[in-house]
Amino acid sequence: MKELTYKEMGLTDEEYEKIIIHLRRKPNYLELGMFAVMWSEHCCYKNSRHLLKNFPTKGAHVIQGPGENAGVVDIGDKQALVFKIESHNHPSAIEPYQGAATGVGGIVRDIFTMGARPVALLNSLRFGPIEDAKVKSLFSGVVSGIAGYGNCLGIPTVGGEVYFGDSYKGNPLVNAMCVGLVNHDDIALAVAGEAGRPIMIVGSKTGRDGIHGATFASEELTQASQQKRPAVQVGDPFMEKLLIEACLELIKEDLVIGMQDLGAAGLTSSIAETVSKSGYGVEVDVQMVPRRETKMSAYEVMLSESQERMLIVPRLAKEKRVSEIFAKWGLDANVIGKVTGDGMFRVLSGDQVEGEIPVRALTDDSPVYIRQGVEPEYYNKNKNFKTDALPYFDNTEALCNLLASPNIASKAWIYEQYDHQVMANTVIEPGNGDAAVLRIKDTDKGVAFTTDGNGRLVYLDPFQGGKAVVCEAARNLACAGAKPLALTNCLNFGNPEKPNVYWQMEMAIKGMAEAAEYLEIPVVSGNVSLYNESGGQAVYPTPVVGMAGLLEDIKHRCDMGFKQAGDLIIHFGPWCAELGGSEYLSVCYGLEKGAVPPVHLAQEKKLIDFLLRLHKENLLNSCHDISEGGLAVALAEAAIVSGFGFLVSLDFTGVPLNKLLFAEGGGRAFATCGQAQWEKVMNFAADFAMETHVVGTVTGNRLVFKKQEREIINLTLEEAGKQWKESIPCHMR
Amino acid sequence: MKFGVVVFPGSNCDADCFYTAEKVLREEVEYIWHQNNHLPAVDALIIPGGFSYGDYLRCGAVARFSNIMPEIVKFAENGRLVLGICNGFQILTEAKLLPGALLRNDSLKFICADVYLKVENNNSPFTNAYQPGEIIKMPVAHGEGNYFCDPETLAGLKNEGRILFTYCGPEGESAAEYNPNGSLANIAGIVNKQGNVLGMMPHPERCAETILGGTDGLTLFNSICGWLRKADSK
Repeated sequence: MKELTYKEMGLTDEEYEKIIIHLRRKPNYLELGMFAVMWSEHCCYKNSRHLLKNFPTKGAHVIQGPGENAGVVDIGDKQALVFKIESHNHPSAIEPYQGAATGVGGIVRDIFTMGARPVALLNSLRFGPIEDAKVKSLFSGVVSGIAGYGNCLGIPTVGGEVYFGDSYKGNPLVNAMCVGLVNHDDIALAVAGEAGRPIMIVGSKTGRDGIHGATFASEELTQASQQKRPAVQVGDPFMEKLLIEACLELIKEDLVIGMQDLGAAGLTSSIAETVSKSGYGVEVDVQMVPRRETKMSAYEVMLSESQERMLIVPRLAKEKRVSEIFAKWGLDANVIGKVTGDGMFRVLSGDQVEGEIPVRALTDDSPVYIRQGVEPEYYNKNKNFKTDALPYFDNTEALCNLLASPNIASKAWIYEQYDHQVMANTVIEPGNGDAAVLRIKDTDKGVAFTTDGNGRLVYLDPFQGGKAVVCEAARNLACAGAKPLALTNCLNFGNPEKPNVYWQMEMAIKGMAEAAEYLEIPVVSGNVSLYNESGGQAVYPTPVVGMAGLLEDIKHRCDMGFKQAGDLIIHFGPWCAELGGSEYLSVCYGLEKGAVPPVHLAQEKKLIDFLLRLHKENLLNSCHDISEGGLAVALAEAAIVSGFGFLVSLDFTGVPLNKLLFAEGGGRAFATCGQAQWEKVMNFAADFAMETHVVGTVTGNRLVFKKQEREIINLTLEEAGKQWKESIPCHMR
Repeated sequence: MKFGVVVFPGSNCDADCFYTAEKVLREEVEYIWHQNNHLPAVDALIIPGGFSYGDYLRCGAVARFSNIMPEIVKFAENGRLVLGICNGFQILTEAKLLPGALLRNDSLKFICADVYLKVENNNSPFTNAYQPGEIIKMPVAHGEGNYFCDPETLAGLKNEGRILFTYCGPEGESAAEYNPNGSLANIAGIVNKQGNVLGMMPHPERCAETILGGTDGLTLFNSICGWLRKADSK
């Protein structure tokens, strides 16, 4: 293999100088490689660490915040949820099936490494326009990859979101979230114990795949990226399944001090992270590492990102029992080194010392960059674009076009490829509600999850957009009946060295942080994915939020479909008079412009509390948040999934009709309730000072909107359903 | 009454079947590890869904050679009840306890969705609690559920009433659009000649409780329990 220069490894001149200072000498090739991967954005967050400090991370429910493999949140009864979201964007761009599959594998390992049984998967995906042939194959490959891996593990994929847009054409986003359930006593952390403890590796043998994957993830995609296919790993979900079961048995028998998965930067990173937290050093002999290829150098062994491998530090005198359990699952566990007391990361090949680096230099002392963001020119230009003077667009046609927009259309083509029911806990399935709801067996409780992002809004106004994304996730949980507990995020941005991109990131993070703080939903874990660019063009800034919520009683859950004719349809919250950044503007006018609807955090909070109160009394028959496509699309979805039509009258003055129908501003939701529940709902609305409009009733088999007795939209369920259901399958045929 | 749930390293519906037996049916149940070469005293065996040994080869092709398989064959040959669900069905065909094979879905995609089934024969240990011709709803979740066999075998299955479930529409109509995988004659579940071994692609354990959206799967388990009780009292 041709040797790379430090620049080819992604290090700058200054960083190279810094390495020399740390080592007090020039690094050899192995050491250089180890620094390069550990100091990549992917591993050390050098461009984002400073900004991440904005996030609130503490809260009454938080057991473990950022810094471990995943966040941990208390849900009562000595149980906790462990969750995190992570990106696998660049591998998926090059090799969609394996890239997405190993993305799932990586995030699942993060969860069971913490001692938790993985119980749910979600994802968040972005692609270029679905009409594009290459996009179709990427999209189809990514969905199959997620399905192929998750289905085999027997972890249900219960939720997600998918959007298509020009900015993602050369650089798709593939973010995967995993949630685990754990008893408090079983929570495991990545620590090394004391000097002298053996370190074991278990799982797949180490090959040459994925070398410099972490570096690859931290640079822009170019024409040459295709040549980096060897940097994409190949997944083996069956091996991962064996690892899950075996590792959870180790935890159950309390046999390990520390457990760490091998992810980005392979052995180098997992070993460094494990020992650095406790201030120890480590000695590892590459000859002891089982390999699947011959003649691998120490460099290749230390940097390999072969999948499905775990690092184990067994408790004293438990090595034998650890090996027995692995043997039961047909796995080999090998001692590859030991914890030392000298703070050095020493790589041996037999007796030969191949490299020696102070552990802290690789981890805590990695570089931090505080950059100066610059507001891009487009920001004010777009913001001042007026949406009042748009030419007339027929409302029925608009609704049909929106329902058929791949961003809004039914995602059944996707989620039917995912086993979303295995484990028999899924009580609100994908497509039926604003969040996935799972029961927790042997308790009355339920938990709910959602992933949300909106690149277009964040692009137009990173601060408001950042706030909006957090609020939407919280609202989705509240609509389904769950109190939001905590969130994880995946921050997908372009090249942070570009001042405009840095500004987007800075403003979006500030917006998200402000909303999280106000709504008291701490950030417990996350991942940063930068350099999402192709051909020099950045993707829309797309921070994605994964949020977890709790239902103290699973009976309080609520899905989005109408339940019976005669139910009243009620709109909660003030009307939104802003079309900026809406799907309506994009689909009907081809515009991605305008002022983003400002987020009113007090209104958001009030709505969440109000909805949770109503759910607690079981007063609502259905509930659905108003987002992409506005009220019209939200009502149409509730109708299509249930088979009930509606008659809605929008006799409200002061707001133009197209805004009543299609504006997306948050802080709103609609619900249905029986006539008999109406008075109680209104009493609660008065208590909460919640603006409430009864807009119509569930009835018949048509979708009818009226204004002053004049029909504005009149569609049969069948017509609307056809647009919504057949759009994505038609594109993918 | 006691159920046994066979566990291969890649089984992933084992816990769901166990839960159904223990918490929903309130019967005894025990896991049976694939490396065992004897069976505990159980009244019925469940071979659950999943990916037995990864199934990178044909689904169930490796499971057929596992330690526990000869014991399962003996158990079946003694007329005891064996229920293979999804991967379990695939394994039973590989082990030749059931005829035919499960091919890749005609869509070439994994499918997880609720489907309608018609109970074609309710005169069986597995279906006696259903009404004749009853239309039920049950989820499927598989990539290889496309049942295939030769014409003589199919004729035999039909004539001997060994097709217990077929895919259909909500009103019982049989049409290609209601067949999720391209299965021959819309076959969703069949029994062996003796009628004591059932293989089915749909997952009854996923619809055995109201909270999961339906109890049509519970009726199948109730059929088994009822039949075993009756056999016991004879």
